[in-house]
Amino acid sequence: MKINTKYHGEIEVKSEEILTFEHGIPGFREEKQFVLLPLPENEWFYILQSVKTPQLGFVVADPFVFFKEYDFELDQASVELLDNPSEKEVQVLSILTVRETLNESTANLQAPIIINLANRKGKQVILTNTSYQTKHLIFAQPAGKKG
Amino acid sequence: MLVLTRKTGESIQIGDDIELTVISIKGDQVKLGINAPKEVDIHRKEVYLSIQEENTEASKGIDNLFNLLPKND
Repeated sequence: MKINTKYHGEIEVKSEEILTFEHGIPGFREEKQFVLLPLPENEWFYILQSVKTPQLGFVVADPFVFFKEYDFELDQASVELLDNPSEKEVQVLSILTVRETLNESTANLQAPIIINLANRKGKQVILTNTSYQTKHLIFAQPAGKKG
Repeated sequence: MLVLTRKTGESIQIGDDIELTVISIKGDQVKLGINAPKEVDIHRKEVYLSIQEENTEASKGIDNLFNLLPKND
């Protein structure tokens, strides 16, 4: 099927590429289908694009690239909602709030997106009893200043 | 809003499968126990709101995204 997107124009997506978020995500309860789109010449970031709303696309990234120590435990209810994926079948993404520069951009580590790659079910899980917050600077150091 | 008065140990039944119990009361703090089906997410309200807000902010995105993100060499 063809969908319109926020950053990629009109694209063709296969039904097996569609991720299902049964309950939407907080603030977007009616958005139950997304696709994960790569960005040109960029391996770090992806767009989590709504299937039904062209102007809704989140910039997301693998949080472990930026936060090597990132660590949390999934609650049992979320694991069951995703149909008990094994550890290898799980993809973790963080939604980024992108600012004018990357140095000001932040990742939401308190509510990671968890995807079961085996059945393409996803959920934004709100971690409880965690010190992670909604805004973590993705680059602690200004880019260009090395060593 | 429906307002009910309950004592420690007493409960409120919401629909068929949600039960709210007052576990203890200490000063201005109330400890609540909640029994609900697994598919019902339960969060402290301010936490849920902050996630909602952050998602809304993140969804705005920016115009020159492709120029902003670093390209692989």
